Amino acid sequence: MDARGKRCLAGFVILLAALALLLPLNLMIGSVGAPAAEIWKIITAGDRVSTLGKIIWQIRLPRICAVLILGGALSVSGLLLQSFFANPIAGPFILGISSGAKLVVALVMVFLLSRGIALGSLSMMAAAFAGSMLAMAFILAAARQVRDLSVLIICGMMIGYICSAVTDFVVTFANDSNIVNLHNWSLGSFSGISWQHVGVITVITGISLICVLFLIKPMSAYMLGETYARNAGVRLKAFRLALILVSSLLSAVVTAFAGPISFVGVAVPHLMRLLFKTSKPIVLVPACMAGGAAFCLFCDLLARSLFAPTELSISSVTAVFGAPVVIFMMISRHKRRSA
Amino acid sequence: MEEIRLSARDLTVGYGHRSVVSDMDFSVAAGRVLTLIGPNGAGKSTVLKTLVRQLDRLAGVICLDGRPSDQITDSEAARKMAIVMTRPVDTTLMTCEDIAATGRYPYTGRLGILSKEDREKVREVMALMALEDLRDVPFDQISDGQRQRVMLARALCQEPEILVLDEPTTFLDIRYKTEFLQLLRDFAAEKGMAVILSLHELDLAQKISDTVMCIRDGRVDRLGTPEQVFESAYICSLYGLENARFMAHDGSIEMPAVTGESRTVVIGGGGMGIGLYRQLQRRRIPFAAVLPSESDLEYPAARALAVKVVCAPPFEAFSDKQYEEAKVLVDASDLVYCPVTLFGTGNLLCRDLKDYAASLNKLANADCI
Repeated sequence: MDARGKRCLAGFVILLAALALLLPLNLMIGSVGAPAAEIWKIITAGDRVSTLGKIIWQIRLPRICAVLILGGALSVSGLLLQSFFANPIAGPFILGISSGAKLVVALVMVFLLSRGIALGSLSMMAAAFAGSMLAMAFILAAARQVRDLSVLIICGMMIGYICSAVTDFVVTFANDSNIVNLHNWSLGSFSGISWQHVGVITVITGISLICVLFLIKPMSAYMLGETYARNAGVRLKAFRLALILVSSLLSAVVTAFAGPISFVGVAVPHLMRLLFKTSKPIVLVPACMAGGAAFCLFCDLLARSLFAPTELSISSVTAVFGAPVVIFMMISRHKRRSA
Repeated sequence: MEEIRLSARDLTVGYGHRSVVSDMDFSVAAGRVLTLIGPNGAGKSTVLKTLVRQLDRLAGVICLDGRPSDQITDSEAARKMAIVMTRPVDTTLMTCEDIAATGRYPYTGRLGILSKEDREKVREVMALMALEDLRDVPFDQISDGQRQRVMLARALCQEPEILVLDEPTTFLDIRYKTEFLQLLRDFAAEKGMAVILSLHELDLAQKISDTVMCIRDGRVDRLGTPEQVFESAYICSLYGLENARFMAHDGSIEMPAVTGESRTVVIGGGGMGIGLYRQLQRRRIPFAAVLPSESDLEYPAARALAVKVVCAPPFEAFSDKQYEEAKVLVDASDLVYCPVTLFGTGNLLCRDLKDYAASLNKLANADCI
């Protein structure tokens, strides 16, 4: 095996080790602490009746599953957007796509709840997807006007602020008790996820990832720019549309169930590029799935345990770790450009 | 009988409804090099982009291997045609081998994973182009000249029948320019590729092309061998240059002549005066040139730069007739330079002219203008 193959293998070993370490920690640590041996017993025996059994089976396990899948989904969504804009600083949160999804979900929820209709997970998903696409449409329209991605990112952040402001407005003035929960969600949180949610999340993310698998080849060709991609036989229009749809779907599924989560979509793909020293999509897609899962498990652990029993919003934690990565990227890019 | 790789009939190219170059008819055979020349904005790139299907053609037919391009799918076309653009691509974390390997994509499966044969092909091409040392070097850390070679390697990994290059040598130094174009010629001959490229370097276009296509005013203005196309007067008119500035024999160009009343005479010949002509041009001093004959190697430069040239007809010796003519110039001048140090039967009278100038105290040292 050559040096790059070894590096690749080492990268995946590190990621799997991180997951293997974080999974039990996430199971053990929480507002109700439990020794590992007891948890092991509960899981192997399938005990869902005792208090701890209920906590493990109905709260922690589905939450961990959701974090694993959504963390991966969010990172891959970022990777797709970076491929689309040919810029490593693009991501669903930074471009305002998550906030667009959040706004539409909040509006639909408030509207239906005021009529006494509770929102199912699929309709929530649909609303989030519609919101993602709406924000995406704005960004693409802006991208037609400006070629400079820094300007585009500022546009995206502004879209994000506007959407957040409207969401806050709607949430603040709605007085239904259900909507109080909405407030937590609108800041980003993995809490309150049920097995049924995990089912929907798995199906949608699964379908999206299968699509991503087929995008890997054109994404590699696209790294050299449109002209060379086309020369390699990539159908540009279809490819770009697929990138947009799939990345929006992935970020929509995250926003629908966990709210907008900041910076994971930018930070994780970048960290994976550094870890694997490559920008090949065939390596980065699985790496982002594993890396995103590990990153989110770590951040969720902190969000839950740092000030337990008070839970932090997941975005506050991901921002602390993700935003510096983004700043670092911007500075090093700028240096490289001006060098 | 030569095998025609690409042919175009009544081809019109452009953007949307605006045609840029119309009614083109040409073909390129296997192993041949077709070069597009013409002023900036003439539409060379538009033609090339249309040939490689980056742009839809507005009218006419393009045939690849005798088949109309409509009948050829994008993925089949990707295995037939490869491109190299002017600007190197901007990448991060990709090695030169990664870049070259992207040329194999049309041959890979759904996931784009390279097979063992693909890897071998990439290595083989990189070895042929003496790029082995760069295999694991990041693409963004090598020079422009090396990058363009890697881009050519990428194109060759595609195993194309037709190679299209848009001003590929613009950012290269002379050594890389000539090496790059020589590689192109070698590969065209070896692999039986048809090569179509656009060039701004006329000297190189003249030397490496089998056929030259001149594009001007929205049409193919001339199409022929370099010998047919590279006439001084024609090239000057193609690029809108004053007459005689283009040296057809070597494809080089002189700066615009200084006009005005000449008070300076240069007695030149055998190439010894060329440096002086250019020096005078840079100092904006109009001058007259006296040469042994029109077949002298510095005649084109003298014609391009001097206000007046006195010389014998081709292959004739400098005679009394020219001597008298030149003497008038010397009489009317303030300074005479004679950089020529060798005199023979062809220019004996030039030496007399020099002595005459010296007797008038007009002869100046050519080394210290």
